[in-house]
Amino acid sequence: MEKETEKSKNPVDRRSFLTGAAAAAGVAGLAASTPPVLLAQNAALKPEAHAAVDVTSNAKPGSDFMVDVFKTLGIEYIAANPGSSFRGLQESSINYGGNKSPEWLTCCHEESSVAMAHGYAKIEGKPMMIMAHGTVGLQHASMAIYNAYCDRAPVYIVLGNILDVNYRRGNAEWVHSVQDAAAMVRDYTKWDDAPVSLSHFAESAVRAYKIAMTPPTEPVVIVADGTLQEEPVTDKNLRIPKLTLNAPPQGDSDAVAQAARMLIAADNPVIVAGRVARTPRGVELLVELAELLQARVFDQRMRMNFPSLHPLYGHPGPSIATPNLSAYDVILGLEVQDFWGLTHRMTGLNKFGMEEQPTTKPGAKIIDISAVELNHKSNYQDFGRYLEADLSITGDPEATLPELIEAIKRTRTIGQHHGFDVRGRMLADENRRAREHDRELATLAWDASPISTARLSAELWAQIKNDDWSLVANDRFVSSWPTRLWDFSKHYQYIGAQGGAGIGYQSPASVGAALANRKYGRLSISIQCDGDFNYAPGVLWTAAHHKIPLLMVIHNNRAYHEERMYLTMLAAKYDRDPGISDIGTALNGPNIDYASIAKGYGLYAEGPISNPQELGGAFKRALERVRKGEPALVDVVTQPR
Amino acid sequence: MKRILVLLLLPAGFALAQAGDTAHGKQLFEQKGCYQCHGHEGQGGLAGARLSQIKLPQAAFIAYVRNPRSGSMPPFRAKVLSDQDLADIYAYIKTFPEPKPAKDIPLLNQ
Repeated sequence: MEKETEKSKNPVDRRSFLTGAAAAAGVAGLAASTPPVLLAQNAALKPEAHAAVDVTSNAKPGSDFMVDVFKTLGIEYIAANPGSSFRGLQESSINYGGNKSPEWLTCCHEESSVAMAHGYAKIEGKPMMIMAHGTVGLQHASMAIYNAYCDRAPVYIVLGNILDVNYRRGNAEWVHSVQDAAAMVRDYTKWDDAPVSLSHFAESAVRAYKIAMTPPTEPVVIVADGTLQEEPVTDKNLRIPKLTLNAPPQGDSDAVAQAARMLIAADNPVIVAGRVARTPRGVELLVELAELLQARVFDQRMRMNFPSLHPLYGHPGPSIATPNLSAYDVILGLEVQDFWGLTHRMTGLNKFGMEEQPTTKPGAKIIDISAVELNHKSNYQDFGRYLEADLSITGDPEATLPELIEAIKRTRTIGQHHGFDVRGRMLADENRRAREHDRELATLAWDASPISTARLSAELWAQIKNDDWSLVANDRFVSSWPTRLWDFSKHYQYIGAQGGAGIGYQSPASVGAALANRKYGRLSISIQCDGDFNYAPGVLWTAAHHKIPLLMVIHNNRAYHEERMYLTMLAAKYDRDPGISDIGTALNGPNIDYASIAKGYGLYAEGPISNPQELGGAFKRALERVRKGEPALVDVVTQPR
Repeated sequence: MKRILVLLLLPAGFALAQAGDTAHGKQLFEQKGCYQCHGHEGQGGLAGARLSQIKLPQAAFIAYVRNPRSGSMPPFRAKVLSDQDLADIYAYIKTFPEPKPAKDIPLLNQ
């Protein structure tokens, strides 16, 4: 026994091993067919054939260089749920990079990371970085990336991955590795690359930023290979290319001049603003254009494009996304969302086939200025129905407006100018009446419980109107009452909606936008739908941890209410019981206690509040905390819309 | 059960309005989902028209619900809501409180 043990400890010499192997193969009847070279390889696989080699190194890792690259891009933050495939980058950005520019933000879900970056971009006008595993992290992040894509928001996505099989240690690194990480989101990102060297990484990282920031701005992906991150830098000649952003694409001069002539000749032109104002300058330009023409502006509220109290603001009531365009003879669309849908009516509830008809005045001319077609892809259908425009100009609206304004100034006559002013006075009068009508509508259900969304909005406005405020939420689900009652005039005061109508966006987007507002000392307010909140509420902890001031008001109608309405409509259509609509949609039994959830994440919180008399006090107390630099939450039990 | 007899002046050819049971109307308004688009007090909003302080006579209201002109509202036929049910809902709608004028609400005069 002892002898056998001793023997097993001794390395088998190569000759005797080969002999033994041949003998074994012979037993199996394979000796004659096994090439000697394979037998030699088998021998090499024996553990005792390896000599131990020390490959550990404390030399500067590739991830340090990657951080150097990121620092040249001026990115302020990295939002991430930690992941081993980018651990090298995380360690480097904190220890080597000093956790500044970019600074690490701890997120509880990759969907939150991306939506935070989405909201941030709409305030700051540039991307935040997010990091995620190339597999499971990206799978979590993908819906939020789609939202950002549809909303033309730049997000800088870095994915960890280990491409080389020789570097994958254990099952976790195998299941977290992927041949083509960005493939999963390539349909709804603008550009991606998987660099295979550090110099390649530097070039692609800079290129990605440049592409993301060129209108139409969109998410981009860079895969940071795990081996490149953690192996020492060996190339002595690494350099980081200079970043030069592209000037935005501008509409063709002749086409813009033609648009000017059409608008001047119109009896009653209208401007529809989708995603126009990328910067504060965009708001100024749209005001200048509207005042020059004395034309009505319908703001689809995808961005803060036009001051809500301006006399030319189209005040269509609740149907802000789909205003009535039947009175206008020239319609100028500026990166409009679903332009065809805006100019056509379809059967609301289909009975015997889908019918459609134009809603525009017969003979009305349509001008479309948009850069979105520069980045259309075929799979996801966010491009909408084909629009039969009379003049279509490929160009970023904000970049094209200066030339359009100058062309109108050059072309219009004094007589036309006078006519425009008459039109403007009429529109201003209509606007005043519409605003008065809205004020009267707001009185309905004023003292109701659940609390009306008009009351909620008015109570909130009373508390914030003297602050430098920013509504970092979409207000469509509260019947757009803030838009109808508040004074929106600055670019950062509204950020629009999800883009892809993907739910789970708003909580993290509001936190990201509030983060961008923080350094300017702005008061960030969110009116947060309860259904959306429940996707990834951990973002509240991120807000508390990183001291991001934000008042989150829960619009708690205790349902996925949009879908509840659909069920009621369909049941009635089929002569069946609409009373079933709570099944699968209601968020009650038990009611969710959002204030307790928020407190659990470390926030000041109040609620649920059902009595409208208690609302003002709750907002006041919560806002005191927010003004001191904390997030706070007030849960308000509300009317459905 | 309190029944309110809603008497209205109707165009020639219309029958007299049916009596409406407000309690049953409230139950139907909530249970059949009217409130979902029109609000619990009929205030209307993004999804549905205002019903509070309704001006339509009962017969016209019932006719509209049977054949709505709105693109999004489905027809509620007798199998789902009988004429009596709609009369009850109508009676309930008529109980929604009359709002104060906006000029008398300080928060709407900011």
